[in-house]
Amino acid sequence: MNTILEIKDLIISFDGFYAVNNVNTKINKGEIRFFIGPNGAGKTTLLDAICGRIKPQHGSIIFNNNKNVLHYAEHELVNIGIGRKFQVPSVFTSLSVYENMEISVVKNRGIFSAIFNNITKSQREKINTILELVDLFDYRYRKASELSHGQKQWLEIAMLLVQDLQLILLDEPVAGMGRKETTKTGELLQKIAAHCTVIVVEHDMQFVREYASMVTVLHEGAVLDEGSVNHIQNNPKVIDVYLGRGGENCA
Amino acid sequence: MFVKKFIKAPANWTFLIIILSLLAAPLFLSVFRINLLGKFISYAILAIGIDLIWGYTGILSLGHGVFFGLGAYAMGMYLKLEAAHGKLPDFMSWSGLEHLPAIWAPFSNPLSLLFIIIIPALLAAVIGYLTFKNRIRGVYFSILSQALSLIFVVLFIGQQAYTGGTNGLTSFQTIFGLSLAADNTKYILYYASILFLILVYTYCRFIVNHRIGKILIAIRDGENRVRFSGYNPTIYKIFVYISSAAIAGIAGAIFVPQVGIISPAEMGIVPSIEMVIWVAIGGRGTLIGAVIGAILVNGLKSGISESFPEIWSYFLGLTFIVVVIFMPEGLVGLVKKYASHLFTWHNKKEKIIQKAPSIN
Repeated sequence: MNTILEIKDLIISFDGFYAVNNVNTKINKGEIRFFIGPNGAGKTTLLDAICGRIKPQHGSIIFNNNKNVLHYAEHELVNIGIGRKFQVPSVFTSLSVYENMEISVVKNRGIFSAIFNNITKSQREKINTILELVDLFDYRYRKASELSHGQKQWLEIAMLLVQDLQLILLDEPVAGMGRKETTKTGELLQKIAAHCTVIVVEHDMQFVREYASMVTVLHEGAVLDEGSVNHIQNNPKVIDVYLGRGGENCA
Repeated sequence: MFVKKFIKAPANWTFLIIILSLLAAPLFLSVFRINLLGKFISYAILAIGIDLIWGYTGILSLGHGVFFGLGAYAMGMYLKLEAAHGKLPDFMSWSGLEHLPAIWAPFSNPLSLLFIIIIPALLAAVIGYLTFKNRIRGVYFSILSQALSLIFVVLFIGQQAYTGGTNGLTSFQTIFGLSLAADNTKYILYYASILFLILVYTYCRFIVNHRIGKILIAIRDGENRVRFSGYNPTIYKIFVYISSAAIAGIAGAIFVPQVGIISPAEMGIVPSIEMVIWVAIGGRGTLIGAVIGAILVNGLKSGISESFPEIWSYFLGLTFIVVVIFMPEGLVGLVKKYASHLFTWHNKKEKIIQKAPSIN
C-alpha cells in the first residue's frame, strides 16, 4: 500500500504544554482514518499542523513521500492536494451555494485570473455533479446562510471535493447532526474515499465504528493505540481512558 | 433568480438616473450650488472606494481621510506652483524658506498629477502589506488606520514650511490656465467630477461583478475558508486597499480646485469617520448606496448648517444611530427589502388566484 501522509516524531507545545507529544503514524492512500480520543488529546492540534495552521517545534509531516507539509503556507497546501474542513461549518454565507463552489473550483487563484477569467464549462459541469452528490443541486441559487446546519457541512465538504484533493481533513463533520444526517454524511464519506484519502476527527463512536478503516487513539498528545475498530475496542487501555466513559457520545 | 436580477439591475439604473440628474442640474441651480454639488460628487467618489473595502471586503478603515488628503495635497501643490508663476509659494516665504524644497520641485510639471494616484496607492501598499501580512484584522486594523490619520495630521501641521501648516494650501488662482473664479471653469470642473464619478463607479462595478468581487465577499464572510480554498487573502486585501486609497486620492484632487482649500482638518479622524457614516447611511456593499449616502448626507449638512449651524452634529449622530438600529443595510437595503416584499406579495397573490378555481 502507498503511504500518502507520514507523521514523524511530531512535537507541538504551547508555552511548555505538550499538545502533541512525539506522534508517529502513517496513513495509506484511500483510507478513512479516524483520530479519536478524549478532549484535549491533541486531535485538532494535529489537524492544524497537517494543514499548516500551526508550526510544530519538532518533527516532520511528509505528504506523498517527498513534500514536507511544514514548508508550505496554508493557502499553498490546497495546490499540492490537502484540504481542510473546520469544526464549525465555515461557508461564505452571503454568497449563493453555486458561488461558494465557483470560488473553490478555480485552479488559478491569482488576482488577475480572478479579475479577468470566468470559470469554464467543464468546471461548471463539475460543480453540478458534486452538488448533486451532496444533494444541494436544487439549492444552488440559494444563499448559503439559508441552508440548514447539515447542509452547510455538506456544502463545505462539496467545496473540498471540487478541488480535486488527495487528502481531506475533516474536523467533527457530524457534530450537531441527527442520526439521519449522520448516516448520509457517512455514505458521503465512503463515496469520497473512492477518490481520495480522508482523515476524520470525531467523537461519535457509532459513526467511527461504521465508517473507519483505521483508528488512531490519541491521549494526552501521544498515540495510545492504532488499528482497526475491533482492535482498539478491545484494548483495555483505550477502554480505560476513552471508551469506558461512553465514548463521549454526548460531547 | 428573477428576484436577484431584478434587485441587481436597479443599482445601475439608479446610478444612471443620478448621473442624468447631475448632468441636468446646471439648468436649475445657481453656479454656487453647482460648485457645492461638485464637492459632494468628490465625496461620492471617495465613498465608493470606502464601500469597496468596507462594504465588500469587510475591512473598516477609519483613516481614509489620509488618502483623500494626499490626493488633495498633490493637486494643491500643483495649483499652488501654477499660482506662484515660478516664484516661491506665499506661505513658504512667510516661513522663511528661500528655495523651493525638493519634494515640491516635481509638481511644476503636469505629469506630477499622477502622484494623485501614486502616493496614496504606495502608502496603502506599504501599510497594507505590513498589516494584512501579519494578519492584523478587524478592530485592530481600524485602530491602526485611525493612528495613521492622526500621524499625518500632526505631520502636516508640524511641517508648516512645506505643507502650509494648519491653514493648508489655499489661494489658488488658475487650473491649466483657466481662472478658478470664472463660472465657466466651475462648470468644467463640475462636469469633470461627474466624468470621474462614472469612471470610478464603472471600475468598482467591474471588480464586484467579476469573480474577484465574490472572493472579496468571501474574505468578509470567512477569511480562513478563503485561505484553505487556496487563495492568499493578503494579496486580495492589499489590492482592495490600494484601489480604495487611489480612489480616495482622485476624490481629493477633484475636491481641491472646487473648494479652493485643503488643510489637515480634512484628513483627521473625525472626517474619516464621517466618510464611513455616509456609506453606512446609504447602504454598504452596494456601491450605489455610497453615492446616494455621500450626496444626501452632505446635501442635508449644507442645508441644515446654513439655517441651524449648531444642530448639525447632533443630527448626524442621531441619523447614524437610527440607521444602525433600524436599517442596518442603509437606505438601499430598506428599498431592496420593500421591493422584494412587494415582489413576493405580488407572487403570492398570483398563486392564490391560480389556486382559487380548484378550491371551488
